[in-house]
Amino acid sequence: MKTSTLNKIVNTILLAGVCEIGLIGVPPMINLTLANENPKVIEITAKKFEFTPNEITLKRGQSVILRLTSTDRVHGFFSKALKFDTDIPTGKTTDVAITPDIVGDFTIICDHYCGTGHGDMKMKAIVVE
Amino acid sequence: METKFDRRSFLRVSGTALSVGALYTVFPALTRSAGAAGITRTLAELNGEAPAPFSFIQLSDTHVGFNGPPDPLGTKAFASAVATINGLKNRPDLVIVTGDLTHDADSPDEHAKRFRLFKEIAGKIGGAQLKVVPGENDAGLDGGDMFREFMGPTHYSFDHRGVHFIALDNVSAGRPVVGAQQIAWMKSDLARFPKTAPIIVFTHRPLFDLKPEWDWSTKDGDDVMNALAPYENVTVLYGHIHRENFRQTGTTKMYAARSLIFAFPDPATALAKKPLPFDKAHPFKGLGIRRVNGKADGSELQIEEVELAMAEFSGTVGMDQMIKHGNADARDE
Repeated sequence: MKTSTLNKIVNTILLAGVCEIGLIGVPPMINLTLANENPKVIEITAKKFEFTPNEITLKRGQSVILRLTSTDRVHGFFSKALKFDTDIPTGKTTDVAITPDIVGDFTIICDHYCGTGHGDMKMKAIVVE
Repeated sequence: METKFDRRSFLRVSGTALSVGALYTVFPALTRSAGAAGITRTLAELNGEAPAPFSFIQLSDTHVGFNGPPDPLGTKAFASAVATINGLKNRPDLVIVTGDLTHDADSPDEHAKRFRLFKEIAGKIGGAQLKVVPGENDAGLDGGDMFREFMGPTHYSFDHRGVHFIALDNVSAGRPVVGAQQIAWMKSDLARFPKTAPIIVFTHRPLFDLKPEWDWSTKDGDDVMNALAPYENVTVLYGHIHRENFRQTGTTKMYAARSLIFAFPDPATALAKKPLPFDKAHPFKGLGIRRVNGKADGSELQIEEVELAMAEFSGTVGMDQMIKHGNADARDE
């Protein structure tokens, strides 16, 4: 299957998911065009008030899936620059598929208030050529 | 259209004349040798030559319960703000607080104590209605239940001196959103007003992407702004960012207030959102309150930033601050 066809299918599925999930008030999983068929999976764990790992390196134009889990409560996972915005509920994994189209250092924050250290809950994504 | 600053606008930023006035009223001895031009105008105001028929105070981010390196003085700035308000010659009859009344606590019992302490300190403001909205510290973990128990609803509206006030909650969902239901309520609430009605929205977070990577935004802020867009005289007052900021979108003007606990750095130049360090020589540096004055019809409001002073820290430092602000005010005019 060609990549473009796969992308269309993935995007259609994701769009349907966005619409359906949006109706019940859960933040949608964002984005996402996959540029390669076998994207790398990066696992990220969230807990008060940190992400592990707290820094990841990505390549521009190369698709990755960020596989998110929370070990204590719902957290947010948001980067406007990298165009994703989702919650990480407990008890399940949440996948965010991205293909960065810009180079630089970007801050990813928890934007679902989670307690007194919430303001410091962030990590860095470094996107290189 | 977005404008960073516009002094010839409906709600005019008028410098810091009141900062001198507030110091003068509360601490008369501090003004005796301050000769800046701004002081003359302030004295005129204090003597009743330029009475304001309508004024209210905005406080923000009192964070009652916080006590740490950025502000080891805890609630002292808040207490000073209350004393400053009570010392004003033209006393406001309305005080609004734009969120983070309390600093969050791990224990609900401790958080409840902080709400009680907030009410105890705020209750010393004489002769003014108190209207508040929650910040995420107040309502982000429990959906606003404790806030409602102590302070009342998280969103509502009221009329005051010819101005329509709307209190918007953009925190209690946990995420920084207002929500479709509240926006629909706001549209319905506004529908009875003409497009020229003076409207003041007060909320905690900025309704635009001020610095999303610092969590300084509201996700559906554009929806709120679109609902407000048909109205020509809208002012938004908010907190959360612990520093002053002005932004205009269309005819809607948005002003962030300083906090009463610690200041955050300038997001345009700072690498990280870290509280500015406590300065023992200037313990209230970067903190303050705001007074809004205007005619009863809301047509000519002025925003004035009020400095705080404290007897044990005033002296030469207090005087220096006052002279500095007097000069700044003279330049502005």
